[in-house]
Amino acid sequence: MSAFKSKYQDELIANAAYIGTPGKGILAADESTGTIGKRLSSINVENNEDNRRALRELLFCTPGALQYLSGVILFEETLYQKTASGKPFVEVLKEGGVLPGIKVDKGTVELPGTNGETTTQGLDGLAQRCQKYYEAGARFAKWRAVLNIGLTEPSQLAINENANGLARYAIICQENGLVPIVEPEILVDGPHNIEKCADVTERVLAAVYKALNDHHVLLEGTLLKPNMVTPGSEAPKVAPEVIAEYTIRALQRTVPPAVPAIVFLSGGQSEEEATLNLNAMNKLKGKKPWSLSFSFGRALQQSTLKTWAGKPENVKKAQAAFLARAKANSEATLGIYKGDAKLSEGASESLHVKDYKY
Amino acid sequence: MASASLLKSSPVLDKSEWVKGQTLRQPSFSVVRCHPATATSALTIRAGSYADELVKTAKIVASPGRGILAMDESNATCGKRLASIGLENTEANRQAYRTLLVTAPGLGQYISGAILFEETLYQSTTEGKKIVDILVEQKIVPGIKVDKGLVPLAGSNNESWCQGLDGLASRTAAYYQQGARFAKWRTVVSIPNGPSALAVKEAAWGLARYAAISQDNGLVPIVEPEILLDGEHGIDRTFEVALKVWSEVFFYLAENNVLFEGILLKPSMVTPGAECKDRATPQQVADYTLKLLHRRIPPSVPGIMFLSGGQSEVEATLNLNAMNQSPNPWHVSFSYARALQNTCLKTWGGRPENVKAAQETLLLRANANSLAQLGKYTGEGESEEAKKGMFVKGYVY
Repeated sequence: MSAFKSKYQDELIANAAYIGTPGKGILAADESTGTIGKRLSSINVENNEDNRRALRELLFCTPGALQYLSGVILFEETLYQKTASGKPFVEVLKEGGVLPGIKVDKGTVELPGTNGETTTQGLDGLAQRCQKYYEAGARFAKWRAVLNIGLTEPSQLAINENANGLARYAIICQENGLVPIVEPEILVDGPHNIEKCADVTERVLAAVYKALNDHHVLLEGTLLKPNMVTPGSEAPKVAPEVIAEYTIRALQRTVPPAVPAIVFLSGGQSEEEATLNLNAMNKLKGKKPWSLSFSFGRALQQSTLKTWAGKPENVKKAQAAFLARAKANSEATLGIYKGDAKLSEGASESLHVKDYKY
Repeated sequence: MASASLLKSSPVLDKSEWVKGQTLRQPSFSVVRCHPATATSALTIRAGSYADELVKTAKIVASPGRGILAMDESNATCGKRLASIGLENTEANRQAYRTLLVTAPGLGQYISGAILFEETLYQSTTEGKKIVDILVEQKIVPGIKVDKGLVPLAGSNNESWCQGLDGLASRTAAYYQQGARFAKWRTVVSIPNGPSALAVKEAAWGLARYAAISQDNGLVPIVEPEILLDGEHGIDRTFEVALKVWSEVFFYLAENNVLFEGILLKPSMVTPGAECKDRATPQQVADYTLKLLHRRIPPSVPGIMFLSGGQSEVEATLNLNAMNQSPNPWHVSFSYARALQNTCLKTWGGRPENVKAAQETLLLRANANSLAQLGKYTGEGESEEAKKGMFVKGYVY
């Protein structure tokens, strides 16, 4: 059967293409309440609704930042929040030409009989939730599936189960007007080399696209959010050009050109590392029929967070840090980043947390 | 890169017991795959030691302005062609006809590869020159049909499957020795008969196994799941079936560790069925077909060489031209048999005095399709013969 025809078809295609606009990318600001709590506690800020609101306002209202963004992924709470002066965040984003997105998964649970592998929950009632989010202004969604590399991982079960979950999520989103970001993250944890990562990434992406095709997902109305292909966290590092080569090759082997844009996750890379790698990918010569951009969380917010430290008097400086990273990544999508973004404290700091629970 | 001792100790890779005389090859191409279900040391190697050559050959066949001349008709099928011009199906006549084709002067300007039947791969001209050598001199890569034809698929809805995997490894190795550098395997899917999930799965899996074995022995596999033209179905139905078939094909190719940079595809264009009341313009065929390619073909595949499947010579050229009006992430070209040979065969009529004229018509068609590959075909000066449809209902290849 061909792709089913959603009544939102044209809108999905247009929005997906817009997100892949060269020079723009996605700010992933969809940390769950628990996760954002960890961020806030790292700067000694209390995890309450107002502080969470204040952080997001700091980011979204940074003067001049929104031009570098095509989308922002929000957590449910944030979708309904407003600035201190009462303006809904969704409106702030829309006025800035940025599409609001919404995290719709409900976290991971272990797969019994495996070595700690997981699947992602959130399909129950998803259609209704998507409708609600669409009404609130969201135009794209995100669902994070997680796999890891180990002696016997990822298992065929984990691959099949996560690919299927992503496909079910994707078609439900499209039915309800949201462009699904398909995110099969293969964790960087481990001593494996880059070849192993490439092999696993190719196998996982082949399974993901098989599932998407079987479920009649309209590829032109989706985005892919993969890991870059890198050595494991415990293996020696390689140059950005090497990461670019392996990553592009893996994508060339698995992602049909109908997919308009690939928005990489940063997965524990430092801010600067993530930008340099993205830049290298956009400089690399070769067949790249999709835009290559960013969907960064930690790699866009780390120095901003540290600079803010929860203090109103630091907001301007923190916003300057955020602007610098947003601009740097914008340049990286065009392959013109010169590595000269003013490095704030923390920009080179690795953001890898072993066995990271999102 | 895996160390030699690691490879040696792997039970999966210790082929010495069952592949006589072959030593374990070290990969020159740096992708290694790990099989998750077995122990740490189990590694599979993508395309083995021929990886670089395969990539190079595929690129040469997929070069701008060029395509493939399919001249691999089995003896039985060639017999039908010869009969249509009143000739007996003898080896001498087959030799004469194939010699005519490969010696057309300057053919290599438009033709990058020629698919041969086994007999022709080992054949020489009456002057004793090897056909393979003539092709190489013409800068045309020799290819070889390796499948053993279609047979009824038990348990299906009267559908077929393609045989030929038995002994394929040694056959492909022998063909490589003889000078072949690419292979072809044609399986079919029938829309009026379903297609059943079984038939689609078998077609895709057979292609994947053939492709892996071919690459292992140095031949670039042309992957051809022909969706037959027979039927009354409309273009939307063809599109639907093609999406499914190509999704399966690529998934199984990946599962079989096939190196995508070292394959070529030979799809049918997306058209209405031959007996459908509604016809499609070249623009419509191009739109549907390109959409199919964009949704299913990873950019690492270097070339997509369309089959003509019963379209007239001109139709096949027009449709190809329509698909090349803007840049594509893969080389989009032709692998035509009837759509290149029809007028040529008729012009020859089996007479030596007609050879030159026949070769000229072949070059004319090859040039037209070369222009179509570049998106520059204008259709001027086409003969009536060239416009005649060549669809044969229930065509058995």
